[in-house]
Amino acid sequence: MTTLRPDLEIIADAIPGRTRVLDIGCGDGALMAELRAHKYIDARGLEIDAAAIEAAMAQGLSVVQGDANRDLADYPGDAFDYAILSQTLQTTRRPDRVVDELLRIAPRAFVSFPNFAHWRIRLALLWGGRMPVTRLLPVAWYETPNIHHVTVSDFRDLVRDKGIKVERAWYLSGDKPTSAAAASWRAEHAIFLIGRA
Amino acid sequence: MASLLHQIQHHSVTIPASLPLDSGQSLPSVTIAYQSYGALNAAKSNAVLICHALTGDQYVASDHPATGKPGWWARMVGPGKPIDTDRFHVICANVLGSCMGSSGPATPDAATGAPLGMAFPVITIADMVRAQAMLLDHLGIARLHAVVGGSMGGMQALAWAAAYPDRLASAVVIASAARHSAQNIAFHEVGRQAIMADPDWQDGQYYASARAPTKGLAVARMAAHITYLSEAGLTEKFGRRLQARDIKSFGFDADFQVESYLRHQGLAFTDRFDANAYLYITRAMDYFDLADPHDGRLSGAFGAAKDVRFTLVSFDTDWLYPTAESRRIVQALHAVGAAASFVELSAPFGHDSFLLDVPALDRIMAGALGTGW
Repeated sequence: MTTLRPDLEIIADAIPGRTRVLDIGCGDGALMAELRAHKYIDARGLEIDAAAIEAAMAQGLSVVQGDANRDLADYPGDAFDYAILSQTLQTTRRPDRVVDELLRIAPRAFVSFPNFAHWRIRLALLWGGRMPVTRLLPVAWYETPNIHHVTVSDFRDLVRDKGIKVERAWYLSGDKPTSAAAASWRAEHAIFLIGRA
Repeated sequence: MASLLHQIQHHSVTIPASLPLDSGQSLPSVTIAYQSYGALNAAKSNAVLICHALTGDQYVASDHPATGKPGWWARMVGPGKPIDTDRFHVICANVLGSCMGSSGPATPDAATGAPLGMAFPVITIADMVRAQAMLLDHLGIARLHAVVGGSMGGMQALAWAAAYPDRLASAVVIASAARHSAQNIAFHEVGRQAIMADPDWQDGQYYASARAPTKGLAVARMAAHITYLSEAGLTEKFGRRLQARDIKSFGFDADFQVESYLRHQGLAFTDRFDANAYLYITRAMDYFDLADPHDGRLSGAFGAAKDVRFTLVSFDTDWLYPTAESRRIVQALHAVGAAASFVELSAPFGHDSFLLDVPALDRIMAGALGTGW
């Protein structure tokens, strides 16, 4: 068993077996392969990078080349039990619409993202006055794919405004869990399991 | 050369059953020439059907009997290759309407013994697939591990999934489309007109004469060959370079290398292909539109195919069957919930990329057939 990224590990543990799953931004299919091997999950993937897709297809995984901004519309409603959007929300043109699409395609969705309000980022902005470059956001402002930086509080507001239910949430600091209360400052990563109200 | 071509002996089977055709006509019996590679296992569960393209043939991994050249997909099919004949029983059949031993316009009329010529009924991609299914019935193979094809072969793989969804586990569709576009039809019509305008075509009854429409067929091939290559590929290979001369001739010889190359391609083609077969097969491709019987909704064609695993590959330089056509298929497969994979690969060779050295395609093929994991 290969080692998954910590947020993917959490999703892999939390997701029920024998379900239908769409992994959006699935990369080389590491999570899909894990779900197929250990949870008998019928996983499908959407990914934009051809080399990553090729790696996933070479493992016999069903991955389609496409763009979360545009191609989620091709999936019928309720085609899946779970949609997964890991570390991708902040790269989309309209994250709010992508969240809507997730919960059209599936009744539940896992959404993970780097928290832009982590204390290290706050300090970097406060003292450095420059867009932070950190372990989880390692790319300079002019070339980052992360065009919509989002914080734990921002995401909580978005789903509340949309009437979306947060079924569970996990917060990671240095790949270790941290509490919901302190998440706004302390979480580097957040993973939300959201569902239709 | 057509007469020589038809003297080649091919391994074939004649099935004495009627083959109903989309046109409403039928063939009283059907002859299918085919090659197979690798052993069929006891459960008969490891068969892979490879469908060839317009001017392809059943010699996918063996030397061509007319040209002596290696099989057209020898790089893909063989022991230890992506389509591994140590694991799979690979079957490749000459399509209905072609000229390498299967029933087609050169087939003799049962009554007169003379070649049918244009009396051979017009056929479709679905008819080709129906004939392949008859071959598999004859071979006792109920279900295929995969149907694999590029270009027109991909159309057959799609038609297989639409017509016999229970008879295949997966379909691999490379550089293909679910319909022929106006542009595709237009290029084919140029080719057909070149053949039919050749006085040696003789309304298709040239087989017994000393003349065959080789000039027309060569022009058809020249026009088609351009569509198989990319503009960048042609520029890189030939540019504006002159052929075996330093100055322009101010005449109509093949001054440019690209002219010389095309002339050679056209002429060589007539050694291995029959003009009437070219008419029939291009027609079959032009009629191809999987959505047509479903009020234009492509997903209708795959309604029963949701358990088939689809793998689609397009190439960024292929303007004959561009990526948008593969995406359209993917959308239809999403609509029915079929397991689909799709990627656009980067390769410089245009439509012909599916036949050439594209290592990513090899890895994807192995994955699609379940050999890479």
